[in-house]
Amino acid sequence: MKYVEEFRDRALAEKLSAAIRAEADPARSYNFMEFCGGHTHAIFRYGVQDLVPGNVHFVHGPGCPVCILPIRRLDDAIELAERHGVILCSYGDMLRVPGSKRRSLLSVKAQGADVRMVYSTLDALDIARKNPDRQVVFLGIGFETTTPPTALAIRQAADEGLTNFSVFCNHVLTPAAIRHILDAPDIDPEEAVHLDGFLGPSHVSTVIGSRPYEFLSETYRKPVVIAGFEPLDVLQSVLMLIRQVNEGRVEVENQYARVVTREGNTKAQDLVDEIFELRPAFEWRGLGMVARSALAIRPAYAPFDAEARFDLSEKTSREVKSCECPAILRGVKKPKDCKLFGNVCTPDNPMGSCMVSSEGSCAAYWTYRRAETLAEMAKDKAMAEQAA
Amino acid sequence: MTAMQPIRAKRFHADARVTMSHGGGGRATSELIASVFAPHFANPLLEQGHDAARLDRPAGRIVVSTDGHVISPLFFPGGDIGSLAVHGTLNDVAMGGAQPIALTAAFVIEEGFPLADLERIAASMGEAARRAGVPIATGDTKVVERGKGDGVFITTTGIGVVPDGVEIGPDRLAAGQAILLSGTLGDHGVAIMSQRQGLEFETTITSDSAALHHMVADMVAAVPGIALLRDPTRGGLSSTLNELVEGTRLGVLIEEAAIPVKGEVASACELLGLDPLHIANEGKLVCICEEADAQTLLAIMRTHGEGTDAARIGTVTAEEPGFVRMTTAIGGTRIVDWLSGEQLPRIC
Ligand code: SF4
Repeated sequence: MKYVEEFRDRALAEKLSAAIRAEADPARSYNFMEFCGGHTHAIFRYGVQDLVPGNVHFVHGPGCPVCILPIRRLDDAIELAERHGVILCSYGDMLRVPGSKRRSLLSVKAQGADVRMVYSTLDALDIARKNPDRQVVFLGIGFETTTPPTALAIRQAADEGLTNFSVFCNHVLTPAAIRHILDAPDIDPEEAVHLDGFLGPSHVSTVIGSRPYEFLSETYRKPVVIAGFEPLDVLQSVLMLIRQVNEGRVEVENQYARVVTREGNTKAQDLVDEIFELRPAFEWRGLGMVARSALAIRPAYAPFDAEARFDLSEKTSREVKSCECPAILRGVKKPKDCKLFGNVCTPDNPMGSCMVSSEGSCAAYWTYRRAETLAEMAKDKAMAEQAA
Repeated sequence: MTAMQPIRAKRFHADARVTMSHGGGGRATSELIASVFAPHFANPLLEQGHDAARLDRPAGRIVVSTDGHVISPLFFPGGDIGSLAVHGTLNDVAMGGAQPIALTAAFVIEEGFPLADLERIAASMGEAARRAGVPIATGDTKVVERGKGDGVFITTTGIGVVPDGVEIGPDRLAAGQAILLSGTLGDHGVAIMSQRQGLEFETTITSDSAALHHMVADMVAAVPGIALLRDPTRGGLSSTLNELVEGTRLGVLIEEAAIPVKGEVASACELLGLDPLHIANEGKLVCICEEADAQTLLAIMRTHGEGTDAARIGTVTAEEPGFVRMTTAIGGTRIVDWLSGEQLPRIC
């Protein structure tokens, strides 16, 4: 398809691919984690794997905001819609994620709860204005990229004196999660994923800049390339990472310089800072409790905080047993390592969040590489049987 | 079925709305039909005035197809539910290689629906049928209580005739055949989405809604051996191709760079996180034929307004049976999957 042509040009892709093949040392392997689901999606959608040699591996990280929302928070959202009778506004891709007992926002909507899909926080504000006698809650999820629009909605609601609008805030921070993954082997050696570098999330960096990733090179000695989401961006970033590794350099480089600066968008940062504060810890699906990794609404804006406004019950929420999403989100396992993949669990009948979101790893393997993955699973199974 | 024979046309007030009595089968029903539908649908079959229309028996085999149309919004850039209900069914008939000879139309109208809008829909249906050269032979109207419908639902049935020697069907698929597409993907879906509540965006994209049977007639006349015709409507090209190969010994390999997509459709998809391969079309067809006939058919398609952008997009293969695979724009490969669930725009 002929669009965004300059970033999807086949001849350029082949040139980059040839450079990668020429420079990648066949005697070693390169494991690069793309933190962000946007990269995972781009890699699979364009078949980027086919353009890199077999010893360059993409390790998929936890960077899909839909995948990492813990099931308890999703149950809370369902409770807001069902027990508290609010109009719950959510972005579309959250609607099908299964919570406890495999109930999703879409399924409770079918049973009569007032769940509405919105395309922006401003749509949610509009719904609040038009329904003054109803409480309207916006389900705020996402990384640093989606936080400023949520902050803007809260400030606007405050300016207008809206008394029926609040946000159920689940915004999370990427640097803290990466740190957590790198610390994991110290805590549990089973969790050791060898990583040679990171493809840094570019959309996040348009807001926070590249500076917040400098700890990765300084403290953890891992190269980082902030990479755009087009397939050629990914290829070029892989080449840049290979060069760093080969030359023994450890830096934060910026492939996405056409948009990202070191400082980021300071206006957006100030707005976020005005409305939100750090939570001491927040649970991530797959990673468990991660210190200083999420935002809460500041007490000054408490009337717009759904957690302050509504009484949410303590509940025990359990993941589907044998769903490997947690290990997959940490980069420790791949979808083919999950027994449920492709037989019990498919996008039409998802068991875990990784299969729901279009940016989740399991969905990417199912949607774009199903044939290979099922073949590998069959081979692994045969080998295991032979060994036994 | 109620015949649509006019009893007495009545002038309705500009703000008049459909009431339950319009569906009661009495005078009001007749007046509605006489005033709103009959003037726009007028044709000799309808004028027979029976509950059932009598058609002359044509030579060849009969094809029949029926389709319910429920869309929101009812009016969109490039069309409305009326023209869509005509085109959709004509195309279903044409995909059998047949030429449609008559249509029927059944309306389920919600109480309170503005008569002016109903008339607009009837006019557009009448116009679409006239342009297609296919009469609306008989019809029916029902009214449901307010809240029990979504404005208007239209079910159309089309009857057509397949010329002898044309044996279009999935059983004719074989490895090595060429896959042709009659034009750009996603225009209809994006035009509709641009009008969806909460998503309104500015675009010059209009729906591709069109009747394809004239183009099909020329194609079938030149190459009676066409293996398969399909219109990639709901679920888009991806679902159409998957439907063909799932559970068979054949696969499909398409070439992303060869698939025509308008720049504006591509940008809208990019923005919303949607794949043009999954988006609905209402005036496009996929044609699968022997390699030797591909160029002839492309040339014929390109002589029609609906086929100006026709392109050869891929091949039927014996490898990877059951899967639709694609060489991506950058030269990688991947599966093209069914659309699962609804298309939900992504968040970031
Ligand atoms: S395949 Fe399904 S069950 Fe298995 S890890 Fe992925 S989402 Fe969980």
